[in-house]
Amino acid sequence: MSDGMGRMDRRQVLKTLGAAGVMGALGARGAWAIGKFVVGVIYVGPRDDYGYNQAQAQAAAAIKKMPGVTVVEQEKVPETTDVQKTMGSMIEQDGATLLFPTSFGYFDPHILKMAEKYPNVRFAHCGGLWTEGKHPKNAGSYFGYIDECQYLNGVVAGHASKSKKLGFIAAKPIPQVLRNINAFTLGARSVDAKITTTLIVTGDWSLPVKEAEAANSLIDQGVDVVTCHVDSPKVIVETAERRGIYVCGYHADQSTLAPKGYLTGAEWNWLTPYTMHVKDAQAGKPLVNFLRGGLKEGFVKPSPYGKAVSEAARKKADAVKAQMVSGDFIIFKGPVKDSTGKTVIDQGVSHKQTDVVLEQMSYLVEGVIGKV
Amino acid sequence: MKAAESLAIPVGALLAAMALFGLFVAALGVSPFEAYALIYRGAFASAFSWQNTLARAAPLVLTALCVAVPAQAGLMVIGGEGALVLGGLAAAVVGHALASSSPLAAQLAMAVAAMLVGAAWIALAGLLRHWRGVNETISSLLLTYIAIAVFNHLVEGPLKDPASLNKPSTTPLPERLMIGKLFGWDVHWGLGFGVVACALLYVLMSRTTWGFALRVVGGNPRAARLAGLPVGALVLLACAIGGAAAGLAGMVEVAAVHGSANASLIAGYGYGGILIAFIARHNPLAILPVSVLVGGLAASGGMLQRRLDLPDATVLVLQGLAFVTILGSEALYGRLSVFQPRAQTEPVA
Repeated sequence: MSDGMGRMDRRQVLKTLGAAGVMGALGARGAWAIGKFVVGVIYVGPRDDYGYNQAQAQAAAAIKKMPGVTVVEQEKVPETTDVQKTMGSMIEQDGATLLFPTSFGYFDPHILKMAEKYPNVRFAHCGGLWTEGKHPKNAGSYFGYIDECQYLNGVVAGHASKSKKLGFIAAKPIPQVLRNINAFTLGARSVDAKITTTLIVTGDWSLPVKEAEAANSLIDQGVDVVTCHVDSPKVIVETAERRGIYVCGYHADQSTLAPKGYLTGAEWNWLTPYTMHVKDAQAGKPLVNFLRGGLKEGFVKPSPYGKAVSEAARKKADAVKAQMVSGDFIIFKGPVKDSTGKTVIDQGVSHKQTDVVLEQMSYLVEGVIGKV
Repeated sequence: MKAAESLAIPVGALLAAMALFGLFVAALGVSPFEAYALIYRGAFASAFSWQNTLARAAPLVLTALCVAVPAQAGLMVIGGEGALVLGGLAAAVVGHALASSSPLAAQLAMAVAAMLVGAAWIALAGLLRHWRGVNETISSLLLTYIAIAVFNHLVEGPLKDPASLNKPSTTPLPERLMIGKLFGWDVHWGLGFGVVACALLYVLMSRTTWGFALRVVGGNPRAARLAGLPVGALVLLACAIGGAAAGLAGMVEVAAVHGSANASLIAGYGYGGILIAFIARHNPLAILPVSVLVGGLAASGGMLQRRLDLPDATVLVLQGLAFVTILGSEALYGRLSVFQPRAQTEPVA
């Protein structure tokens, strides 16, 4: 009995192997030859997350079409030694000479270590952490002033809201996120000073269940436009659509998830810095270590307006956008009070986008209901 | 004969998993042989790929022990992640406090602190089990959520380095307190600690009365109590040892990789260890090769993604297949006549 079983097993294994071989021969598809100029792109989450990673993957897909460029991609790489090994593999096994490790947490210590180890490879990190004199020359950061688009989101949301209550779901109370919350609120209150933004902080970048709960709880409180700063806005956009309220997107275009309620969104346009880095590398020019821009430079863009956006809202938002593009618009211009009534930007003081003060933001502006 | 059996069955199961995986990738339109070649190249073909594999295996060895040791006492603890993050946090705090003392003393203190915190955390699940009859699988899992919440609260609040703006972290350790690489390889000391811990625990489990007592408790706690064994103490100790191993993994992540405690520490190594412990059938020595195998799969998973444009989930499919076939193959132990001692000389049908 037992012998019979053993034999059957061996026979089955052989059969399976044979089948695998036949199918393999039929369905053979060659791996591409690793090219002359190889670019590696590394994502912390899935490439099709409707959010942070998708925005990067869209740029990667576009540079694939540039002549002489081969792109290798790897997704769901954690911010541990794993990413060092992934960078190393792209360099050693695929011959990559330009890397886009895109997660914020990849920079210190991972990119810094690898940049030291491979001085001839370029490391372009998404974030804005590179510091002159402190970090290696073959590493650099690119980032965008997406608060400009969040301000436009606010303008459009301010027009669309009937309850004058907006909602913002944020991952963590860090300067980058606070700047978006504040820009959104300032934009909305430029339409109507009675508008408030209710803030819910979930605590982490990707917590779909909590994000859905937060969206539902905001809607239950009477909020009728919601936006967010989390890695993937997918569930928030879907929840808003299902509950019949308006939503502004973030990171990438989520309009297909909410055809009725999607107003507009704050999107990255990473193709701009990607193209610059690829062209510089191909031409042998040195890596630009600090690369930043807003609407004007084409680093960010608003999503196309949805059906629900009124003519008045379009006009106002387009006017502000035109001023931003010409460089005449300043979001953080005094006097600005924080949510406790304290003045945080004095009368007559304006912080341009390049002002480092904005990168240490630790307050919520007047009109935001919530605490950091 | 027994050794041959316990080698042949898992290897056979693994081959079966590979064959099934070949069918899977063939269905996706990729040649299985190309996929096999890439898996080999990615994980084991060169010194670089070996270092890639071992670096990915390193943290998993210690977290697997967090499952394997309590399992000897019959407990299914799956909360190693919580012990890891809190151990890492303790190490970061102690390291910062001892920033001016000698590296060896500071590192030792960091390791001890991390192990104590990890041990206490998992012992909590053991305590709940022994005193209140709370299922330790559920409680250790839920304790992980609490651990992560406590960790985030402390790292983003009282313990935050004000200079860490967009990535809240504890104050970084000075460079001289960082523990280096293993013998010049690009693999950190977590692997070294893991090997030592596995060897020690193997001896403890299989060559001491304590280990024997623990296995008796695991086999039948009521019988163990009747035999006069201190069941509660043994259960707690097994949990504490497992927790200490996971805590040590957290210390290594802080002191060899990140330099501070921050959200990057929550990378799922605690959960990765569960898979390894089960495939290794909770045998501390078997954890080593299984970790290398899983590390190798992770390393070659990158290769499959980059060369064949397959999604990351492909590797999870392979891991899942390996897991199911290896666990399923346990049913074959003692049933394959090739490996049975031939007591009778009857002709085999």
